[in-house]
Amino acid sequence: MSMKILTVDDSRTMRDMLRLALSGAGFNVVQAVDGVDGLDVLERETPDLVITDINMPKMDGFGFIEGARRIDRFRVVPILVLTTESDPDKKMRAKNAGATGWIVKPFDPVKLVDVIRRVAA
Amino acid sequence: MDPMQAIKDTFFQECEEQLGELETGLLAMENGSGDEETVNAVFRAVHSIKGGAGAFKLDKLVKFAHVFETTLDKIRTGQLAPATPVMKSMLRAADVLADLVTFSREGGTFDDARSNELIVELNAHCEQKTGEANAEEAPAEEADNNPFAALGWEPVALALEPDVNEYVIIFKPKPELYAKGNETTRLMRELSRLGALTVHCETADIPLLADLEPEQSYLSWRATLRSDQDLATVQSVFEFVDGDCHLDIEVIDFTRETPPEPEPEPAAAPVVEVVAVVEEAKPALEEVTAALEAVKATAPPPREAAKADANGANNATQNTIRVDLDRVDRLINLVGELVINQAMLTQRVLEAGAVKNASIATGLDDLEHLTREIQESVMAIRAQPVRPLFQRMSRIVREIADATGKNVRLKTEGEGAEVDRTVIERLADPLTHMIRNAVDHGLERPDQRIAAGKAAQGEVRLSAAHKSGRVVIEVADDGRGIDRQKVKAIAIKKGLIAADALLTDAEIDNLLFMPGFSTAETVSNISGRGVGMDVVKRSIQALGGRISITTKPGHGSTFSLSLPLTLAVLDGMVVKVADQTLVVPLNSILETMKPKGGEVYGLGPDSQVIGIRGGFTPLIDVGYALGFRSERADPMAGVTLLIETEGGVRSALMVDAIQDQRQVVIKSLEANYGHVEGIAAATILGDGRIALILDADAIVNASTGRNTPSEMLLAG
Repeated sequence: MSMKILTVDDSRTMRDMLRLALSGAGFNVVQAVDGVDGLDVLERETPDLVITDINMPKMDGFGFIEGARRIDRFRVVPILVLTTESDPDKKMRAKNAGATGWIVKPFDPVKLVDVIRRVAA
Repeated sequence: MDPMQAIKDTFFQECEEQLGELETGLLAMENGSGDEETVNAVFRAVHSIKGGAGAFKLDKLVKFAHVFETTLDKIRTGQLAPATPVMKSMLRAADVLADLVTFSREGGTFDDARSNELIVELNAHCEQKTGEANAEEAPAEEADNNPFAALGWEPVALALEPDVNEYVIIFKPKPELYAKGNETTRLMRELSRLGALTVHCETADIPLLADLEPEQSYLSWRATLRSDQDLATVQSVFEFVDGDCHLDIEVIDFTRETPPEPEPEPAAAPVVEVVAVVEEAKPALEEVTAALEAVKATAPPPREAAKADANGANNATQNTIRVDLDRVDRLINLVGELVINQAMLTQRVLEAGAVKNASIATGLDDLEHLTREIQESVMAIRAQPVRPLFQRMSRIVREIADATGKNVRLKTEGEGAEVDRTVIERLADPLTHMIRNAVDHGLERPDQRIAAGKAAQGEVRLSAAHKSGRVVIEVADDGRGIDRQKVKAIAIKKGLIAADALLTDAEIDNLLFMPGFSTAETVSNISGRGVGMDVVKRSIQALGGRISITTKPGHGSTFSLSLPLTLAVLDGMVVKVADQTLVVPLNSILETMKPKGGEVYGLGPDSQVIGIRGGFTPLIDVGYALGFRSERADPMAGVTLLIETEGGVRSALMVDAIQDQRQVVIKSLEANYGHVEGIAAATILGDGRIALILDADAIVNASTGRNTPSEMLLAG
């Protein structure tokens, strides 16, 4: 069975691109539009990996990661953060919230899949 | 369609939305009604645009958005106060960003000078407040782009090293590493991709079972990697776990004869053997990890507080969907057909005499009711709030205010009012022109305003409201008002009215709508673009709307537009004229009456007037005007409809009989047949016959031979 990936991003463009890149690579993709929605999806789905944006309305990426880590099933599921800039501060904050790694936007599909392979079982 | 192109289209759609948010947010910040979330929303808007633009390599857009974003981030983090000059730059930056988006989508030319100028301006704002911090930031950013700089390594020198290196990696994860979803197995797997790897797991630190804490990390690894990759590549494997482990990577260079060997590990072991060891090590490693994971899984459940939080906030999910406009239009068309069909069915049943059957009658009534409801619901799909249109206007106001040196504030009200999409689209140009006029002609310069005892800042108010089935949009300014003396003088000079014409104030105001009228003494390049208020009026009328002015000298003017909510249906009066069925738009009918003898008078050889409550109104026989009959019918035999044209002129239309009053579905005559003078469109009636919808204005103009209100006034 192919790996299931949850992407959390408020930008439709980004969601579409992630879906295109990930389903193209054979992953099963579920999507959420912000942190709150993301946690909602985690209630009913069990993705093998999560990719989340940082800047989102309602609940940002940091809040989402912290929330996800508090759910027993997702304590050790790899969570990747999408960041536009290689801002060390943001990476640190994401890591402290429980992020596994990060992907710097704009990503190309090859790089994306590469990073996923790095952190996913 | 190419999926990337489809995503790009989505991106641009999204850009439009983000730009709208941006504008709204910035305006809220400017007038002080914004809070922290407003600033965040504004930041996110620019951030999203930048993110998407990066994906499509829209470099200009990315570059500008980046500077914009940086400035916003400063405001967000409290390093820069959103003072007036800063907000002014921000608003202009939003305009440039919008232009860049348009440029990126449609191509064409873009004035780099404008964006560069703003980049300099925004940077200046950033530096002004955070001079030192910013100066330090630049090199820091550079260092960030080059991850090697911080490590004191020269990547180039290593990259050029083509020979095989041996790395000894000592790796001891901290518990945090596992808590963030990282795994030693995966890191080792990554390492093994780089070359031949041997891994040795250090288990000496594992305590007795009784003392074992499941969440602790007791294992450490020692890996030896032979790879032609440089150190940076090897280090990058551990990029994500930096800080969450003790990591020590040592390079043993074969090519040089100085292998300092601090560890007794078999550094020079044959490659083949090493590979075999790796293969052996892998399953063992995985076993260890699996065991560790099993331990973790049985660990006591952590705090559940977050769960409750999340549940509470869960209600807010997506509540809109995106539908292709064509599909909606097709649906509207089909519903139109349904309405016609329903009317037809009712008529057939009536003809068949089955109406006495109560259940059939009730069924028909229900059907009619449902059809009407479906129709209204479908129309509502096309309805959109006027907000985006209003947002665009705030930009227009800024541009003209800058160009004319006036200080203007735009106040908008009722942005939530919904109107048919087509109406909104076609309203943009006329509204732009009206706003331009309000600022350019309506408002005074700050010094003039102060002299007149007003605040230096002028106000233009743009409002929308629903009033009796129509939407009324008003553009009001608190400027000098219309100078009627001047308007009249110009009209006389241009030969639009006779020098001795006696006009009421309202009539003078309406002169503004006459073709070829321009009040600006010198045509400025702002309002004077060869488009006058007459064009505005025509476009509003083409939408089935009306325009009117009220003005108070010294206090300002208000232009009101009254528009139909939809262009697809129309409330009309079904009338009979010379055996033809016609529909007269209900919104132009003031009243209906049956003329009595002695009320109709001939005026000249070819026209008639009717006396109504002491005044005289031209009487037009519709059948004669449209050529249905060659002789005028007897006014006493028919019914007269008193109508008011868009120009505010009253006329009496004579028809044979009134049949019904109903909503009809508008079918374009132009698209299916051709333009017919005096006819606006067509519709299909319940009996399946086509009825023409009367263009009251055109009929009046054609019949009286008078095209403008002023000529009418002259005659009067």
